Order: sequence, then C-alpha cells, then structure tokens
Amino acid sequence: MKKIICLALVLIMTLSFVACEKEDINKKSEGVMTWQEYNAAALNDEVTIEAYVQGKQGWWSDNGVGKATIYLQDGVGGYLLYDLHCSEEEYGKLVEGTKVRVTGYKVAYKGEYEIIDATFEILEGSYVAPATDITSKLGTADILNCQNMKVAFKGLTVVGIEYQGGARGKDIYVTFSYNGANYDFCVESYLTGADSDLYKAVEALKAGDVVDVEGFAYWYDSAYDAETNVVNPNAINTHITGITVK
Amino acid sequence: MIIKRIASFLLLATMLLPLIAFVGCHGQKILPEFSVPEEFDTSKQYEIVFWSKNESNPTQNAIYDKAIADFEALYPNIKVVKKVYTDYKDIFNDVITNLPQRTTPNVCITYPDHIATYMQGENVILPLDELMADSKFGLGGSEIKFDSVGADEIIPEFLNEGKIGGVQYALPYMRSTEACYINEDLVEKLGFTLPEILTWDFIFEVSEYAMSLGKDENGKYIANGKEVLIPFIYKSTDNMMISMLEQLGAPYSNDQGEMLLFNDTTKDVLTEIGSHISTGAFSTFAKVSYPADMLNMGQCIFAIDSTAGATWMGYDSPLNDVKDSSVPYEIAVRAIPQYDTQNPKMISQGPSLCIFNKEDSGEVLASWLFAQFLLTNEVQIAYSQTEGYIPVTSKAHNSTEYQDYLSRAGEDNELYYDVKIDAAKLMLNNIENTFTTSVFNGSSALRNVAGELIEETRKAIERKQTVNDAFFERTFNKMVSLYKLDQFSDDGLSKQSLGELPTESKMLLGTLGVVWLGLGAYYVLHAIKSRKKRINY
Repeated sequence: MKKIICLALVLIMTLSFVACEKEDINKKSEGVMTWQEYNAAALNDEVTIEAYVQGKQGWWSDNGVGKATIYLQDGVGGYLLYDLHCSEEEYGKLVEGTKVRVTGYKVAYKGEYEIIDATFEILEGSYVAPATDITSKLGTADILNCQNMKVAFKGLTVVGIEYQGGARGKDIYVTFSYNGANYDFCVESYLTGADSDLYKAVEALKAGDVVDVEGFAYWYDSAYDAETNVVNPNAINTHITGITVK
Repeated sequence: MIIKRIASFLLLATMLLPLIAFVGCHGQKILPEFSVPEEFDTSKQYEIVFWSKNESNPTQNAIYDKAIADFEALYPNIKVVKKVYTDYKDIFNDVITNLPQRTTPNVCITYPDHIATYMQGENVILPLDELMADSKFGLGGSEIKFDSVGADEIIPEFLNEGKIGGVQYALPYMRSTEACYINEDLVEKLGFTLPEILTWDFIFEVSEYAMSLGKDENGKYIANGKEVLIPFIYKSTDNMMISMLEQLGAPYSNDQGEMLLFNDTTKDVLTEIGSHISTGAFSTFAKVSYPADMLNMGQCIFAIDSTAGATWMGYDSPLNDVKDSSVPYEIAVRAIPQYDTQNPKMISQGPSLCIFNKEDSGEVLASWLFAQFLLTNEVQIAYSQTEGYIPVTSKAHNSTEYQDYLSRAGEDNELYYDVKIDAAKLMLNNIENTFTTSVFNGSSALRNVAGELIEETRKAIERKQTVNDAFFERTFNKMVSLYKLDQFSDDGLSKQSLGELPTESKMLLGTLGVVWLGLGAYYVLHAIKSRKKRINY
C-alpha cells in the first residue's frame, strides 16, 4: 500500500513539474526559422517565424483592407510585421504577449528589416519581453542585432524635439546625445498618439534634460542601399514607448 | 366604412414607414436635408471643426491659422477648431470611423474619390449647388462679409472635378499635377540632351544607359560616382499607372463606375515597367522612400512627384531633408513623360473641400461661410505659394499680387524658390492638358489597386518570380478579392452587405411582422363580415 502511495506521489510530482515547466520561448515548430536563421535569410526570401507580440501600431482600413504593423520578439531577437493584413477582430486578439506563427517575405526599408505580405496564426503561449538595456551598444555594430527588440537606454541627453509637419498630432522627432554622438529617435504617432501620456511627456522635454528611454529599436538609414544591404548602426531610430526624466 | 378603411390603411402605413426606415439605415437616424436659412443668426455661437492637411510644411499650418483668425474676426460668433493631418488617407480613415457616430468634422480637406465613399451615408455630405447659387450666402452673395469669389471665377475644370452624379459635392481648394524633377547635370554627363517634352522612351533609355555603365573598382556607379543609383523613381505608382493608361487611351474606369483596369494594355505597361525594375533602372517610393531625397543625394536622375512637393526638390531647396548628404546639381522641371508629345496628358490633383451635413442648419451655414473664405485671394495666393500649388480661382490667377509672385522666380530660395514657381507654371500652362478619373463608390479602392499592380510586379521580380500572363491573371484576381472590387456594382453603388442584423433588430422586425399579419387578418375578417352583413341586408 505504502509503495503504491509513494509511486502515486512521485507520479503527481512529476506531472506537476512538467505542467509548471517554464515555456521555452525559443523553441520553434518544425519548419520554423530561429531568429539567427531569419537574420541570415536574404532579402526577398520567404520566411516563417514564431514569436510573441510586444507592441502594435493602430489598425487601419486601407479601402477595406485591414492593415496593422506589429512588433514581435522571441528570446533572441525582434521582428517587425509591416502592413500585416488582418481584420479588426484579429487585430484585437493580438494583445501583448500573444504567440504567433508568421509566414511572409523579408525585406528592408531604409535599413529596417520587415516581414511583409505575411499571413499569421495565433498559437498557444505567452511571453512579454523585458526592455533590454543596450545603451553601451550605441555607436557599435553590435546594436544591429537588437533591431526591432524592446530596448532601454540610460542617461541620454535631450538635444531637441521637432514635430512632423510642424505641428503636434503626427510623429515627434527627438534628438538625443550620448558619448558625443547624436541619435534621432521618434515618437511614432501610430504607436503612441498625441493623446498618450508618452506623447505629452516628450513634448515637455527641454534641451539638456537627461532621460532614460524605452522603445522598439526601429531603423531609418536614409543612405541605405538594398543592393549592398549595409546598414548604418547609428541610424537607429527607436520608436519611443517610455521616458523618464532624471 | 370608408373612414374605417382609411384609418386601417393609415395604421398600416404608419407601421410600414418606420419599418422601411429601420431596414434602410440599420437604426441610424438620417439627417434632415439641408436648406439655406433665410438669415444667419449672428447672436448664436457656433463651433465648427476643420480637418486640414499639410505637406509636413509648417508654413501651411501658419496660413490655416491666419485664415481662421481672419475669419473669426469677421464672424465673432463662429469658432473654427483645426485638426492637422499630413496624409489624405488618414483623413479618409478618420472620417469613415467617425461617420456612424456622427462625429465627422464640419469642413474637411478631401479628395472627390473619398467623398463618393462618404456619400454611402444618406444626407451626410452637403450638396453645394443650392448654397453656391444663393443670392445672400452663395458665392459672391450679398450678405457675405468678405470679398467672396464668384462662381464664374472658379476655374471650370477644377470645379467640375467636385461633381458626383452631376451634383456639386466638393469645392476645389488647391490644384497640382505631377512633375518630373531632373538632375540635368547627370543627363548631360551621360551624353543626352534634355528635351522640352519628355517621353517614356527617353527616360527609360537614359536610365538603362546609366545602369549599363556599371560600377567602378570602388563599388561606385560610374554614372553618378555614388554607391547608390536608382535612375528613375516615381513617387505615386497609382498615378503612374493611371497616367500611362490615360496617355495610351486605354480603359481604366468610366462614369458608370465600371472598373476597366484589368486589360491587356495594363499587362503591357506592367511588362515594360517590370523590365526596368529588373535592371535596377526604375523603382518606387514603397521600396526606396522619397524621390526628393534620392535626387538631392545624387542617387537619382529622374524623380516624379507632385508639384506640391517642389520645395523638397533641389539640393538647396527650402525643405531639403538630407542637406548634409546633398550634392550640388542643376535641377530641371518638366511635365511627366508622354507617349504622344503632341497630345500631352497629366493628372489634376490636389485638395478639395467638402462640408458635412449637421442637424443645425445655422452650423452648416457657418461651415459653408468658412469653406468659402478659403477661396478668397488672400488664402488662395498665400497657400499656393507654400508649394508648387496653383490657386483654383481666376480671380487669384489674374491678381497683381500673384502675377508679381510668378515673375520673381529665383529671387530667393524661400518664397521665390525657382523650382517651386516653375512647378506652378507647369500646371498653369497645362490646365487644358490635365485629366481626372471618374468618381464613384469604389474609385478610391481602384486607384489603390492601380498602384498595387506596379508594386506587386516589383515584388515578384525581386522574389525571382516569373512575370507572365499567369502572374497577371493571378495578381488581377488577388486584387479583386483583396479590395472586394467585385462587390461594387457598375453604377458605382456598393453592393457590400451591411452584415447580419442585430438580434434586437430581428426581434423588432419579427414583432412588426406579427402585428402586420394581425392587422391583415383583422382586415380580411372584417371585410368578410361586412360582405356577409351586406348580403344579409
């Protein structure tokens, strides 16, 4: 009898352990690329990835075609789904942490890697990535591997802000300095609009303010050439999601 | 007896009318048709909302602000609240979102294509014919407190663009066309002479030649000495496809709302464009971003963009976004390339104004007065000077102030920036050569598709897919399905389903049906009884 009870207890503990096992956020289904494989894929290649929603720009209807831009991440790196075709209902389901499998084409726009013309399905699983501090990578080639990730920067100095179109409502371009170099970040109005606390906080920044910044590591390299596909590390154009004035 | 029958009929009609109204609008109350009030009540305060659009150009904002201040000074009981957009599509989407809640603006910058979609809601957009002709408050009306423009002073071509089904729904605000901005130094360096009227053959020949020279030992293109070269970039692929078809006399759409884009000439055009994409001689905005930036950095030879984007064109242009990377070059402005140089054709575009109907006719009249104010010389000339726009009134064109402005091209790099004034003159000299496409519900989607066909061709080539008849058929079908083009009828009216009725509506309709049946049964029984009674008599 005792043996049976012991066996049952061991079985229960084993099953509990399996049930409580932490989700492996880097585990991929068969035929799905790892982030490294995705990163190595050539431009215009078809790619299939699995990752977790970390942020999304507003859904909009382009003459009846629903579109959205989504920031994804797994345990290694980030992805951007650009102009993903989805209904408003599907968009509503893509909440932060949602796991998705995506098949589309890898392209680069001004040095920003995107997946376009994509289809997706929602999978079981959830993961919300912490913002990785990459301040020390500013100005180095290492920072390129952080593209599209949720990132943080500590101790940047505000140089100035400028509204797109000269008036509030659209994006705000923010220039920060760090270690003697300037970096242009952006309050992307589709991500954090003029009514958001973040938008108002950035509007209130003054030159010389020292701030900590969180955001998605977007890129805009005006000199980018798709043929050579060389991306300037300093063209990081982080989409700001959080700011703290020190 | 007759009275009873009439009463029954009236009862039935009373039941029927709300039913029809209910089914027709899915529960939405239809706004009353607007009629021009006899007087404008200046003792009543009105707040009107104006959704404006600028080209990321701060001066345009300032001009709107001044126009609003000047208007409010004339009409102290009207407050104008401005919201700024930098993209027509954003305005369109916001209007669509706000239509069901009746939270549309009062006055809105828009395209006629978009108005055709807004008009799917009944009495949503104000027809302007009655207002325009009103002797007191119409164009040039006796009660207007400013120098209002007369109906005959609006350029007829531009005014007609705002007609949908013969009714005026939009007033033109500014007009532009597209221009080809050219690095003339590079054209000449490659051994070509720039003609006065460009042809597609010329542009493609120069572009292909530039690519054929290849790169030097340092990986730089021999044609321009840069690591990047995209000889020809067209900003709006929508306009590119539409203009090419128009110039070739090929079908695109018609006034009956027929979508005729998917034809053999379209395939030929895409094949031609595709051949230049594959060599790298041509690319699009969606791929390489702003043509102005590429032109100013010496990475592009021919950049086609709106004349309303002229202040970005040129290494020393007022709004050059890439000043640090720009290279000096001689810039030339020409009309877009043509197939037939004897019969040039270019698109007429630019913002129009529409007015949304509201419950309060006084509020609508206030909106109309403000819209009219935007056509005064002061606003028209000032706004047109911010870009290569032209005013929409002959009154402004013929004014001493505007003629003086045109004559001073090149005096500085701000107000008198020569590229901007050259672009405006290009439009002024070609008003009779401009064209527009038919406006109907679905025309906006069709316009998207026109551009998408070029983008799909580009992507297919980049993905090493074969561009042939099978590709075209597949792509045409994909576009029809994606944009639901088969759900618009030929008369331009949407056949799109409004969706299943809500449960509450079904219950109400069911109840009404039962009441109807009851009334019918009563009526029949009553008639039988009456007949019996009559026989008995």
